[in-house]
Amino acid sequence: MNSNSKRLIFGGLILSFFVYSYFVYTSGTDNDKGVHLINEQSKRGKLLFQNYNCTACHQIYGLGGYMGPDITNVISAKNKGPVYAKAFLQGGTPRMPNFHLNEKEIDELIAYLTYIDKTGISPIIDFKINYDGTVGQK
Amino acid sequence: MMEQLVKNEKKKKEIGIVFILLALISLIGGVFFGSISALQFIIPDFLNSIPFVKSRPLHVSLVVAWIFLSSIGGIYYYLPRYCNLPLFSNKLPRIHFWIFLFTGVIILTCYIIGKFGGREYWEFPPILAIPIFISWILFGFNYFKTVFKKVGQWPVYLWMWGTGIFFFLFTFSESYLWLFPYFRDNIVRDITVQWKAYGALVGSWNMLVYGTAIFVMERVKGDESVAKSKLSYLMYFLGFTNLLFGWAHHIYIVPSAPWIRYFAYFISMTELLILGKIIWNWKNSLSEAKKDFHIISYRFIVASDIWVMLNLALALVISVPAINIFTHGTHITVAHAMGSTIGINTMILLASCFFLIGDITKHQFQLQHRKIIKSGFWITNIFLMIFWLSLLFAGAEKGKLIVEDKLSFQEIMQNISPYLTVFTISGIGMFIGLLMVIFPALKAIKTYLLN
Repeated sequence: MNSNSKRLIFGGLILSFFVYSYFVYTSGTDNDKGVHLINEQSKRGKLLFQNYNCTACHQIYGLGGYMGPDITNVISAKNKGPVYAKAFLQGGTPRMPNFHLNEKEIDELIAYLTYIDKTGISPIIDFKINYDGTVGQK
Repeated sequence: MMEQLVKNEKKKKEIGIVFILLALISLIGGVFFGSISALQFIIPDFLNSIPFVKSRPLHVSLVVAWIFLSSIGGIYYYLPRYCNLPLFSNKLPRIHFWIFLFTGVIILTCYIIGKFGGREYWEFPPILAIPIFISWILFGFNYFKTVFKKVGQWPVYLWMWGTGIFFFLFTFSESYLWLFPYFRDNIVRDITVQWKAYGALVGSWNMLVYGTAIFVMERVKGDESVAKSKLSYLMYFLGFTNLLFGWAHHIYIVPSAPWIRYFAYFISMTELLILGKIIWNWKNSLSEAKKDFHIISYRFIVASDIWVMLNLALALVISVPAINIFTHGTHITVAHAMGSTIGINTMILLASCFFLIGDITKHQFQLQHRKIIKSGFWITNIFLMIFWLSLLFAGAEKGKLIVEDKLSFQEIMQNISPYLTVFTISGIGMFIGLLMVIFPALKAIKTYLLN
């Protein structure tokens, strides 16, 4: 393989990657079913989520640490909901530190979790497996 | 030792060695905090002053620092000594080192006092990304100005190191796109782009590590044609394609466009070719004389080969959406990450460290040290296997309990706690094994620096 061929393949891959990235940034990710719940309160909630490093223990869409549960649908899950989540945020548990959050911060985090809840489902429990190894949600 | 490091730095001694010294210290710290994190899984109130929310980022950041520092140290050392490529600048690596060290100390302090603000892997306040980015610009500038002097065909590792540096800069920047509201405010876009960046980011540091592996293998084997063969380049381009497009198994369940998932699924399956090639080349020929001359490096390279095969097989399996639906969000993902980081990256980088230490000590390791390193090598690998298997079992059990039995989080944790106990004990065993490997290496570097 001569140097020009290598440069050509390398350049082709890079170019394809930038085109691909553009589509991932735009049409690939414009499906947000919870868009009507994005507001200043939920936006601040997201930053609080990062400031307290909640992702060290909790997952959203299965991504994050495993010390605590996946909280993507904590707001709509059976026997859970905003009051349930609020109780944890107020006092902590043996596994979860008490971060001494004030009421405003708790409401912002709940607003963020309410928004996430509307965007999709995690973990996916009802699904069908297709012949090619892909998965469809029921 | 740090005092000597400063003195040595002033004397403008070999900067690559100084990077390796800091890398080994980071590895000890990373595995130490990893052991604390593991203990907190089975004893939640263990070491309350450093809860899991702090110990986990301390563990991850120090291990990432180990990978970067040891890869970079090797590159700075090998280019002038083995590739006949004197560095374009000898001053830039020292600036690079001090930026890395100061930023690292600030990041660790932030974690200890609980000051976060970033996201997974880069939990530190985002402002600290700036010095990291600058240090990589300096490294990249120096690297490309150095290697572009080389005429004739490049060995594949020069391409790999260059690709790793370039794509680190790109993907590191991409991982901070969340600072813009367009990305941050839409959770589907935010998570998708975050894991797209992280997937390629890991791929970029793998380019640095695998390039190092090819370099060390070439030197141990004493055959320079290995790194210039057509097959090496085909494997490089296949790996590069996977770096760019094969990341989406992380986000199969995120409601982004289906084509993102299908495309990544297809690309991931091309890795079967790499797996096939590894199995085909299993136990390739190597002259006994060369092997004995670099016996410690050789041992670590052979171990990494086995771990490559196991982890690549696991990566392929969890890239199939029908399997990923059971494994995603379970400890199988941790097995995938830790198996690759310890089994592949750390084994390769230790091989590189010992190759380099062999060089500076003129292969005068004391017999006693060799015995300790050999024992440490076996202890590390045996416990790593137990560790890896316990995570696989814990993950498989968790996946089944979530999808089929639909149990609550507390019930699941109760069910998998025996596996997590084995995971913690084997993690501590691995820490002891690694200490047995690292301390003689640190001693050899210290002796070199003092003389």
